[in-house]
Amino acid sequence: MTAVAEKQVNNGVNVEALLGAREALSKAPEAAKFNWKATCKWVSGTHSRTSVKAFYGLGQDHAHKSEFTFDLDHPEVFASEDKGATPVELVLTGLAGCLTAGVAAIAQRRNIQLRSVKATLEGAMDIQGILGIDSDVRNGFDGIKVKFDIDADATQEEIEALVAQSQKRSAVFDIVTNPTNVTVSVN
Amino acid sequence: MRTDVLVIGAGHAGLAMSRCLAERSIDHVILERGEVANSWKTERWDSLRLLTPNWQSRLPGYGYAGDDPHGYRTMPETVAFLERYAQAIAAPVRTRTAVTSVRRTQEGYAVQTTQGAWRSRAVVLASGACNLPNIPSLAAALPAGVASLTAHQYRNPRQLAQGGVLVVGASATGVQLAEEIQGSGRQVTLAVGEHIRMPRRYRGRDIQWWMDAAGILDLRYDEIDDLSRARDVPSLQLTGNAHGRTLDLNALAAIGVRLAARLAGLRDGTALFSGSLANQAALSDLKMNRLLEAVDAWAAAQGLDGEVPPPERFEPTRIEAGPPISLDLARSGIRTVLWATGFRPDHSWLDVPVFDRKGRIRHDGGVVDAPGLYLMGLPFLRRRKSALIDGAGDDARELRAHLAAHLDGKAAALLPSAPLAQRAGIDLLMRSTMSGGMKLTSSVVSASTSST
Repeated sequence: MTAVAEKQVNNGVNVEALLGAREALSKAPEAAKFNWKATCKWVSGTHSRTSVKAFYGLGQDHAHKSEFTFDLDHPEVFASEDKGATPVELVLTGLAGCLTAGVAAIAQRRNIQLRSVKATLEGAMDIQGILGIDSDVRNGFDGIKVKFDIDADATQEEIEALVAQSQKRSAVFDIVTNPTNVTVSVN
Repeated sequence: MRTDVLVIGAGHAGLAMSRCLAERSIDHVILERGEVANSWKTERWDSLRLLTPNWQSRLPGYGYAGDDPHGYRTMPETVAFLERYAQAIAAPVRTRTAVTSVRRTQEGYAVQTTQGAWRSRAVVLASGACNLPNIPSLAAALPAGVASLTAHQYRNPRQLAQGGVLVVGASATGVQLAEEIQGSGRQVTLAVGEHIRMPRRYRGRDIQWWMDAAGILDLRYDEIDDLSRARDVPSLQLTGNAHGRTLDLNALAAIGVRLAARLAGLRDGTALFSGSLANQAALSDLKMNRLLEAVDAWAAAQGLDGEVPPPERFEPTRIEAGPPISLDLARSGIRTVLWATGFRPDHSWLDVPVFDRKGRIRHDGGVVDAPGLYLMGLPFLRRRKSALIDGAGDDARELRAHLAAHLDGKAAALLPSAPLAQRAGIDLLMRSTMSGGMKLTSSVVSASTSST
């Protein structure tokens, strides 16, 4: 291999394990089917608490090492008590986390040492949609802007390629940019 | 009827194999469902020209002898070229003989055709890479009143209703059809997914000249790290029309084509597009620039820098701030959807258990997972140029070696290993690019002459 590959890079990502999983799962595609789960309980007013613990994949049930909870609410300007992030901010959080994890993993694969990565996200929204004032205005974001500041042992073009590839492989980027069927039922 | 080898398909790949077999006096017959060069003759749109220049259509023992080496052949010229080749090599072609089944037997294969039954010891599948158009399943939701057409059915804009046209797909096919249809006075919206932008000419030469000379087209299937991806990459955005002009998204936008992202769904008569257009364009620009860097490095290493114009970099793909994410087909006047979403081979008549779970033939560089069965002419079969007319010769020679050994009863026939890097500079560069950065190997797929 080339000199590039001999450089010791550590972004804390176990790329060998990921590549091994890719190899194994391409031979056993059934095991690649995952199911992600969340449970949300209403607390009071617009305040709710979502928890995640169990998930399914590799043909069996799994659980996170501990249960993670997220308080969701609306801010005071919406006459709420602001006990947590808004749900739309959590969508931005998911997108940011997914793209950032992708940047780290791809950098590791490409032997690029990261020193710092910061993503700044903005989701523009006209709340005439959710308030039902104007039916031509959608409920969701008009658009999402993501800005990355990355300090790494790489050229500007290599950094841009990292960010582009991260979007290409991102689950949340796919979820927010493409339609998804959502089925809601009541027990 | 009996022969040692049956070659299925009398296109460039089957003819090249025929010539290579004849060189070793291996008894064979070519079975052709129509006439020589049938797909070129019957499954291409009227204005199409090859995406490779005339000089590059080299077949074993045959090449371009005309006075326009840098031109691009029309389809009738391509057909005539292959007909002349078939004559020159006295190819044993049985025309109008469609294969209906291929089965294993004790000593080889039994091949049923519309003109009788054949037996052979080996079979070469050379029936083309583009027999069937891929149409995404979402096409089923297309509303009544909007015509649906595949790139195989398209001949010229006069077939289309007056009104808007949604062209889905921006590989070589999609961009060429978008340009032609927009030129006919119909408003085109182009749905752009993964695509590969490429200048037609670079530093005074055709881009194919650079890729050929620098050895990029010779990169072998056993030298790259993500072969299945390389085999799936869309064709380069190139055209053989327009006298060396580049046909990229900027050129299409300049003539009024509206750009949208990948078609992600059809609901209640509304087309839904992905929000990923900016990233698709960014990925494509990065891949193109990566290739141009490789070309520049090779040119410098060869001492060409004084001889050819200096390196160029092209303006990034311009994407408007908020490209459309939905389009009401009726309200926006779209009367036709044209699917330029790729092609796949048709091996439905092959009754041999060699298919993977996605219906593709399992093979190692064209040596199929069944003794005496060979495959030709698919993208990156043995090297990047495998689907080009120009790629048939090298693949045919190597597969013939394996096939001849099989006929001689040598169990473990060996294919020649990767040739020593005669163009060490570019090979090293390509490998470091692969390990360090963009996946150049998979991004610069051969501009398949047949991926039209």
